[in-house]
Amino acid sequence: MREVAIIGYGMTKFGELWDKSIRDIFVEAALKSIDNAKVDHIDSMFVGSMTPGLFVGQEHIGALMADYLGVAGIPAIRIESACASGGLALRQGFIEVASGMNDIVLVGGVEKMTDGADATYALSTAADQEYEVYNGITFPGLYAMIARAHMHTYGTTRKQLAMVSVKNHKNGALNPNAQFQHEITLDTVINATMVADPLTLMDCSPVSDGGACVILCPLDMAKQYTDTPIKILASGAATDSLAIHQREDIASLKAVRLSGERAFKQAGLKPDDIDIAEVHDCFTIAEISVIEELGFAEKGKGGEFTEKGYTSLEGKIPINTSGGLKSKGHPVGATGVAQVVELVEQLRDTAGKRQVKNAKIGIAQNMGGSGASSVVHILTSNT
Amino acid sequence: MPSPRYWREIPQRYRLEANKCKKCGKILFPPRLVCPNCGAKEFEKIRLSDNGKVITFTVIRVAPEQFTTKTPYVVAIVETKACGENESNGVRLMTQIVDCKIEDVEIGKPVKLVFRKLQEEGKTGILCYGYKAILV
Repeated sequence: MREVAIIGYGMTKFGELWDKSIRDIFVEAALKSIDNAKVDHIDSMFVGSMTPGLFVGQEHIGALMADYLGVAGIPAIRIESACASGGLALRQGFIEVASGMNDIVLVGGVEKMTDGADATYALSTAADQEYEVYNGITFPGLYAMIARAHMHTYGTTRKQLAMVSVKNHKNGALNPNAQFQHEITLDTVINATMVADPLTLMDCSPVSDGGACVILCPLDMAKQYTDTPIKILASGAATDSLAIHQREDIASLKAVRLSGERAFKQAGLKPDDIDIAEVHDCFTIAEISVIEELGFAEKGKGGEFTEKGYTSLEGKIPINTSGGLKSKGHPVGATGVAQVVELVEQLRDTAGKRQVKNAKIGIAQNMGGSGASSVVHILTSNT
Repeated sequence: MPSPRYWREIPQRYRLEANKCKKCGKILFPPRLVCPNCGAKEFEKIRLSDNGKVITFTVIRVAPEQFTTKTPYVVAIVETKACGENESNGVRLMTQIVDCKIEDVEIGKPVKLVFRKLQEEGKTGILCYGYKAILV
């Protein structure tokens, strides 16, 4: 296997992009990444997208995006794993470059969620249709059941959940690409409209449009294009049952733990070695659970860890410096790639007001549905 | 939900039919072709008990289209067991808890599974039935 580097990135602003179509969004992000990487061609591309068929009635978007990017002719493959589509697209691009199949590979993620489709329904297709959704459950409802189990088993509090959202909005306020660039208070979260008890609207990531892309190449070619390549140290992926009631422990996310363990092993690193993390905070409980499964916090102590400020921008392991899904926005297929865009900006020391000092190693964790698929990448500026 | 798809799941939804793995004894609901516990492919048919307890739950206040007139409603994970099986060989399913005050639902409370209408298939489609739970 060849070592692989990220040599360029680009993303659109996340939000309600009424004036842009899914193809415009993708092409904007892709052109930015090509410009940033200063490459004169791409050999192939992977596009992560959860369900453009339901959101805008358009499938077959690998070829469509290649055509509108002006590169029709190259192989272009759409990758789907619900909200982990972007992260798994990156994994496929990484494997393609590592294998020697191609040299310059574009990995993108895109979703257009505000064109009028029923987003609650579209997102629910990531859950078990026959044995979860059939009974009237929603995605906030699934995570609400995980939250209640976590609170019951470990004593996680309502306030601790809310602190995830407050912290992520504080970071997002410093991110010019974030959907919600403003801070919020604990009261705002706790007293917001209840969506699925105990989760309020402000525990939930929003419905968003957006795209993000990175350009990969073999590490030994990277210096031809940039002085600051970011090396991909590891890619770990795992799966679990879609239906949360079929998992041994409802308060755990086993696929996240497995994907993290695999990535740490591949990189020869442990959680203490990580400087910054972007994790999948689709709901506040998800961030608490994920930081436990990745080994930053002890099992059951993710809430307390957050409450102590360890995950803030100045904390010992800053989590979601971008604002996370909650504040930056969550165009589902784009999220996994956008997390990596944030890590690249941080590791290149170009993250502006939200820059973490001396960030050398970063981790991105992206998951699908209620955690039935998870993918973890570890990146470093030490090349 | 198209009718053949609804019809195929009737044994599970109407009669709580499950599979018991002939090799390791694990109860699978719904039935599968491969045991996720041991990999075996032979099973015997078994029915689930209609008695269970609440493992976790939520109250849905923003619902999918077919359920918007029902809000707020409780959805829970309930643990039950197969008829004649030991409680340690439990099996879990997701279900609504109905006919109760929402504030009376708690983790650990006993429930009984009952036969109820779940939803309608589109505006003119068939009525879809299955299990819901009531507090006992």
